[in-house]
Amino acid sequence: MITLTINGKEIQVPKGTMVLDACQQAGADIPTLCYDPDLRLAGSCRMCVVEAKGRPNLMAACVSPAENGMVIETESPDVVESRKIILELLLARHKLECHTCERDGSCKLQDYCYRYGVTDSRYLNEMPHFSKEDPNPFIKRDYDKCIMCTKCVRVCEEITGAQAINVEDRGHHAKISTVFDGKLADSTCVFCGQCVMVCPVGALTSKVSAGKGRSYQTQSVLTTCTYCGTGCTFELNVKDDHVVGVTSVRDSELSPVNKGALCVKGRFGWDFIESEDRLTTPLIKENGELRPASWDEALDFAANKIKEIKAKNGPDALALFSSARATNEENYLAQKLFRAAIGTNNVDHCARL
Amino acid sequence: MADYKDIIASCKDQKGGIIEAFHALQQEFNYIPREALTEAARVFGISEAQAYGVATFYSYLSVEKRGKYIIRMCESAPCHVAGADELLKAIEKELSIKVGETTSDGKFTLELTECVGQCQATPVITINSEPLFNVTAEVLPQVLSAYK
Amino acid sequence: MAEEMRVLLEYADKINPEIADEYVKIGGYVGLEKARKMDPNDLIQEVRSSGLRGRGGAGFNAGMKWSFVPKNAEIKYVVCNLDEGEPGTYKDRIICEKNAQALLEGMAICGAAIDSNQGYIYCRGEYPFIVKLLKNAIKSAKELGALGDFNIEVRMGAGAYVCGEETALIESIEGHRGEPRFKPPFPGVAGLWGVPTVVNNVETFACLPSILTNGAAWFAGIGAAKYPGTKVLTLTGDTNNPTYFEVPTDYILRDVIYKLGGGVKGGKKLKAVQVGGTSGAFIPESNLDTPIDFDSMGAIGAALGSGAVFVMDETRDIVDIVSRISKFFEHESCGKCNPCREGTFRCREIMEKINSGKATQKDIDNILLLSRVMKKAALCGLGQAAPIPIESTIKHFADEYARKIV
Ligand SMILES: Cc1cc2nc3c(=O)[nH]c(=O)nc-3n(C[C@H](O)[C@H](O)[C@H](O)COP(=O)(O)O)c2cc1C
Ligand code: SF4
Ligand code: SF4
Ligand code: SF4
Ligand code: SF4
Ligand code: FES
Ligand code: FES
Repeated sequence: MITLTINGKEIQVPKGTMVLDACQQAGADIPTLCYDPDLRLAGSCRMCVVEAKGRPNLMAACVSPAENGMVIETESPDVVESRKIILELLLARHKLECHTCERDGSCKLQDYCYRYGVTDSRYLNEMPHFSKEDPNPFIKRDYDKCIMCTKCVRVCEEITGAQAINVEDRGHHAKISTVFDGKLADSTCVFCGQCVMVCPVGALTSKVSAGKGRSYQTQSVLTTCTYCGTGCTFELNVKDDHVVGVTSVRDSELSPVNKGALCVKGRFGWDFIESEDRLTTPLIKENGELRPASWDEALDFAANKIKEIKAKNGPDALALFSSARATNEENYLAQKLFRAAIGTNNVDHCARL
Repeated sequence: MADYKDIIASCKDQKGGIIEAFHALQQEFNYIPREALTEAARVFGISEAQAYGVATFYSYLSVEKRGKYIIRMCESAPCHVAGADELLKAIEKELSIKVGETTSDGKFTLELTECVGQCQATPVITINSEPLFNVTAEVLPQVLSAYK
Repeated sequence: MAEEMRVLLEYADKINPEIADEYVKIGGYVGLEKARKMDPNDLIQEVRSSGLRGRGGAGFNAGMKWSFVPKNAEIKYVVCNLDEGEPGTYKDRIICEKNAQALLEGMAICGAAIDSNQGYIYCRGEYPFIVKLLKNAIKSAKELGALGDFNIEVRMGAGAYVCGEETALIESIEGHRGEPRFKPPFPGVAGLWGVPTVVNNVETFACLPSILTNGAAWFAGIGAAKYPGTKVLTLTGDTNNPTYFEVPTDYILRDVIYKLGGGVKGGKKLKAVQVGGTSGAFIPESNLDTPIDFDSMGAIGAALGSGAVFVMDETRDIVDIVSRISKFFEHESCGKCNPCREGTFRCREIMEKINSGKATQKDIDNILLLSRVMKKAALCGLGQAAPIPIESTIKHFADEYARKIV
């Protein structure tokens, strides 16, 4: 264990602990923009700078290992001045339109400007333009709101593995782009939306949820994705009894299976819930026409048919083909039904294809 | 013209050597053609987005077509005080192009550069990386005429 | 004292740097032979006690740097920094052109000290002819057997000043965007491809053969006590003698300008001198009687840096020059961290505004505030140093600014 002093408070942490974690343990809330516990460290936004006694420069808490005897101030005048100026520099390149922004109320830039009383930027002059239309159905890329934290690049590389995006150019011309600055659809992007999940501001947002309600207008309902047996956890965002979006749950206790990561269906495919085309009752085909039926009727109908076929042609005339949308437990029961009750090994599953 | 695949293959034994491959490609084409970038990414085992990020980071690499001769005008402080601004204007006038452009015959592309390490003879321009010393507006036409 | 003292450049133009044999004839590769016979710890101690400090700008004791390399690591690398991007600097090119074999020998000495048999030279993309020279020099040394089992590969940069920063340089050799890494870990522990790596400047390596040949005490006795040895300087701007010199490190700046440089061009008066390249402070006439060594320069708020000496005569427009310099940093910022990516951009904007006569005192206050934050909070030395020319000129040449603001 090593001992260090943070804002006058002495704390002990194991060797190898980062200053950021030590500060959090000491009850100091450190603002971060580029830090993400699940991603490779960047140390680039410099929002997390703190002052360590005896060092000429401020240190970025997220990438600095705590050392024995360190004396750290997390809100000293130098620290606050630096954070304010960094926020002003970000504002100077930012298309500030919180009134219509999807992330109003859940935006780190907004939160930190509020926290440090940064109302406008003394460095506002030439406004760079990075945004370009990307006509995909899922993700709005508005890089005029990008703060270059590169979390999207890292998550795409390290968690999704798609490596669809990267930083292009350098200096203040640097921006996030696909190869040859093209459309996501023409890249290796799989539209998992992990980049949307990690974006701390309104640069990457869901087109499917656009205009349907912001975080403070919706309720969150913890649930499990119905699309496949993986059983990813997420929250449905519900407004006036309508589902308007999906938010990742990154807490691994709540979301042990996927830790927030989702696929395109789970993240963007929830609009089936209120689809006109959605089946709401079982259907039975009579004379070539489908007609609605009750569950009892439909199940009886199916059971009788199965019995009939088995009696006439033997159990191997039947086969089970089960769905990835069913859970593992349901799949287990289904194959059990076919093997034990019906007596055939003709069992297959769509995930095998 | 050499095939871009052969050029890239000749660098593949250099670990992490995609920048070497880009140099070799530019030696032949003066820029990095799109299909060559894709191939280089494959050979060096990185994504295309990463290869593109590298190619656009370095100011000597270009993913856009350029002329046969790339003129770079040094504008760092020692060349600046030696009259780089006036020389730049003279080059632009002589070739009727602005910085970043290529002459209509595809011969010259004009770029700016920072110090090229030849500050004993300012102002300096380089043409396809060959440094030319103490260049003035007066000698410019003669200097350029050597490039056919 | 107005004489050069040539150690690295003693045989300049007298031997062909590409031919190892010629170097051997003037006593080359004797230092390496000696180093190889020494216990690595003694070798590191010898270099350490010579007082040799990095010539790339940071002035870190070379032997000390090597001593941080873990002994038990299986693979280690020796990397030579030949990025030389600091405007006004071309001394590493000169060292290669005049005495490339000394660089190779120095790298091999480092290899013997840290038990590495693989070296890399990262040469800036602006020097393709030096790449060629070095490849020939390496071939010749290998053929002669002078380097033993120590191998050296030359890699080329592609126009990025930031790649002179050691971790960005490593990223670049690995084939990545040249963005600096955060430190720690330092390269000595986790560098190229994650293994222990010593990065030294060309001139630092080139000092080593003579240290080994003549002994640490000999080297420690040259020049300034705390930063011993010689330093190669390159003189630019309004000087009568725009060339390179090698001087002992206690050489006085005034003598560089007036004795070696033959004074200010056209007999004009001196206004300012910037030492160490474009990231250095502007030094007013009143501080000229300072020795050029690392610590003396530091004491007047300047830096020896790369050893570039940029002379500006009385007619020069300081604000215009600083404005140009601010564009350099805007162009060279890698864009990774916020203070530098956005800060260098805004510094250039404000400097141009001042230069065009449209700025007010408020702009000066704003740029000073920004400078302070960049120095404290930027990730690497580029962003931390970018404001130095601005701050130092606002301090020493306030009336030049006052004249331009409304
Ligand atoms: C922006 C920046 C540029 C640098 N450029 C160079 C360079 O061109 N050459 C060099 O030797 N060191 C350069 N350095 C210093 C290196 O990071 C490193 O300290 C040096 O190579 C170590 O070698 P030395 O100890 O022998 O000086 C630069 C540092 C920074 C922050
Ligand atoms: S990204 Fe944040 S700061 Fe920017 S407009 Fe949206 S809510 Fe406002
Ligand atoms: S949606 Fe997924 S694959 Fe596409 S860019 Fe974002 S993280 Fe990468
Ligand atoms: S798009 Fe979002 S996640 Fe990506 S760099 Fe910009 S702010 Fe960060
Ligand atoms: S200080 Fe500048 S050059 Fe260094 S990491 Fe930050 S942006 Fe890049
Ligand atoms: S959160 Fe630490 S540098 Fe970004
Ligand atoms: S300043 Fe132009 S070559 Fe060095």
